[in-house]
Amino acid sequence: MELNGAQIVIQSLKDEGVEYIFGYPGGAVLHLYDAIFQQDAVKHILVRHEQGATHAADGYARATGKPGVVLVTSGPGATNAVTGIATAYMDSIPMVIISGQVPSPVIGSDAFQEVDMVGITRPCVKHNFLVKDITKLAETMKKAFHVATTGRPGPVVVDVPKDITDPRITIPYKYPKKVVIRSYNPETSGDKGQIKNAVDLLLTAQKPVIYSGGGVVLGEASKELTEFAKTLGFPITNTLMGLGAYPSTDEQFIGMLGMHGTYEANMAMHESDVIIAIGARFDDRVTGKLDEFCPHAQIIHIDVDPASISKTVKVTIPIVGEVKPVLKQMMELLKDSKKKPSKKALESWWGQIDQWRAVKCMEYDRTSQLIKPQYVIEQLYQVTKGEAYITSDVGQHQMWAAQYYPFDKPRRWINSGGLGTMGFGLPAAIGVKLAFPDSEVACVTGDGSIQMCIQELSTALQYKAPVKIINLNNSYLGMVRQWQEFSYESRYSHSYMDTIPDFVKLAEAYGHVGMRINKPEEVRPALEEAFAMKDRTVFLDILTDRTENVYPMIEAGKGHHDMTLRVAPGTSTDRELA
Amino acid sequence: MKHIISILIENESGALSRVAGLFSARGYNIESLTVAPTEDPSLSRMTLVTRGSEDIIEQITKQLNKLIDVVKLIDLADAVHIERELMMVKIKTTEQSREEIRSLASIFRGKIIDVTTTTYVVEMTGPSSKLDAFIASVDGGSIIEVVRSGPTGISRGEQGLHL
Repeated sequence: MELNGAQIVIQSLKDEGVEYIFGYPGGAVLHLYDAIFQQDAVKHILVRHEQGATHAADGYARATGKPGVVLVTSGPGATNAVTGIATAYMDSIPMVIISGQVPSPVIGSDAFQEVDMVGITRPCVKHNFLVKDITKLAETMKKAFHVATTGRPGPVVVDVPKDITDPRITIPYKYPKKVVIRSYNPETSGDKGQIKNAVDLLLTAQKPVIYSGGGVVLGEASKELTEFAKTLGFPITNTLMGLGAYPSTDEQFIGMLGMHGTYEANMAMHESDVIIAIGARFDDRVTGKLDEFCPHAQIIHIDVDPASISKTVKVTIPIVGEVKPVLKQMMELLKDSKKKPSKKALESWWGQIDQWRAVKCMEYDRTSQLIKPQYVIEQLYQVTKGEAYITSDVGQHQMWAAQYYPFDKPRRWINSGGLGTMGFGLPAAIGVKLAFPDSEVACVTGDGSIQMCIQELSTALQYKAPVKIINLNNSYLGMVRQWQEFSYESRYSHSYMDTIPDFVKLAEAYGHVGMRINKPEEVRPALEEAFAMKDRTVFLDILTDRTENVYPMIEAGKGHHDMTLRVAPGTSTDRELA
Repeated sequence: MKHIISILIENESGALSRVAGLFSARGYNIESLTVAPTEDPSLSRMTLVTRGSEDIIEQITKQLNKLIDVVKLIDLADAVHIERELMMVKIKTTEQSREEIRSLASIFRGKIIDVTTTTYVVEMTGPSSKLDAFIASVDGGSIIEVVRSGPTGISRGEQGLHL
């Protein structure tokens, strides 16, 4: 088959089984867009801003486990994509980003719309390529998908100069079935000796905790994790990225840990003697003050990325490998082992945990005349029966969604955890909805975040991707305001916007349904009405208690045992006014 | 402690900046860096001198290994090794100092490779500490220019860094 460079790129996407490309055309990718026009196997989604393309592809990837694909032009197209690439990089999301580049002969001459994309993205990609030779194009595409999806996944950029896609130059096309990169051989199975040591240590534990993260989701190891936790009977906590990897409604689940984790999860970590970290990376939002992190614990750490092990916290037993095969090996050893976890120790440990649980750290004022954001999320959970895909932006609403929507399945909770990218939620929701048109998809957002990528409302209409936008509108940049309240004596420097648009009219202007909700009793019916409109995007502008804060909280520089709890249920507003 | 990390890396454009970028992005030190192709033209060999605690060096080697272009690496400081650096020093000479510089160069097994009526260029190889010692022995005011390659190294015995 003789193909030109543009056709090779598109044909290789077909050969990879790519369903959607999220992109935006421009000069350097005109040949590619012409090739897209002449086929219909790969569907192109025209976004309204390249950042939206990367987040939509990212949302698609997080929900499906398949790589998200992005196509942008050179220069500003490429730089607009960088935030989304960095977002995917921080959360280890497989993506392939094809960026146009000025023609090879003019590279380096400051040509129109030229930017050194390979240079700009180097620190925020797993790898990147500049294609210099059309005969290497198909192989490079294969390498890009291989690198993006294996080992610890991540985004890979393929920068394609315009002359490489010249329609006049054709070469024989054959897509490689597999590709070998001699310098890239990610570890999969884990060291047998270390796995044995880990199992031995687990069986001696008196106060064990399973601390699992996004790696379990990425590694499709939810089933194995659940079986593992059930066999041992240990308490389990998830990171923000790991939510849903273990059913949140299960009694062994003690909630999320870290800065806005539960009291019981953080206290259990602090008092634990053996912690097994599974596909989690000891992020600073999880550990709090490092010197005070889990002072009594021996730590087992399973991670596919050796560089994640002992990066910030020294571990006792490192296991480099994919979570799934390692957990399977552990399960075999556990089944064969004569020794069982100490029943007595576990009973007393659970007794302790129940005391921490009794603090009810997540309670809030349910009698308030104002709409409490936590209440909205609880109602969202009920109306969607816990089955929806929930994307979020970044800020208070993100934490409330994580805290009050118990995810029982992996890949349902889609948020920018590592980079914390405002503007992520709406385009990500569109990506998810395209992947699962029959599922409910809601974007939990705030009045600040939603305005960062609101233009994608137009994309949702064009491609019939009806999502529900739950805007927890407190007319503040709430998380910033909360930190200013706690740490800057309530000097609310630029965390207030007094010209917030009329979101209802805005939604209508984009061809969607807009609803404004003012009172607590309107929340439930509004949600029901919105979700009943299956084929419409509905923007619910919910005016919430403006002074509500996210509790509990570990303030910056403090340890797990030093949490700030709500003074008394429902007093945040009172405190604010006093 | 000083570490000499020897890296086999794909001989591709941008490979050097991936390594250099990693060090600046993560706040690691590079004391010196040399790079040249090997007998296998598809590979380059880099020798990188850095300092840091054991934990930092461990992170550095892990992060380097994570770069897709890095094929293999060793920390030479982990075992017995030989370290060599090339230096050229341009020294201002006078009638009186010439003999002294010649004999000093010969004590350090250096060679005088360029002579003008007023200058010598001394070439010298050896461990970095020997080159430091030579510089310290020459009258500082007479040194016009010092060019050093940064150390490269090789492990002793049958062990070697190869594919």
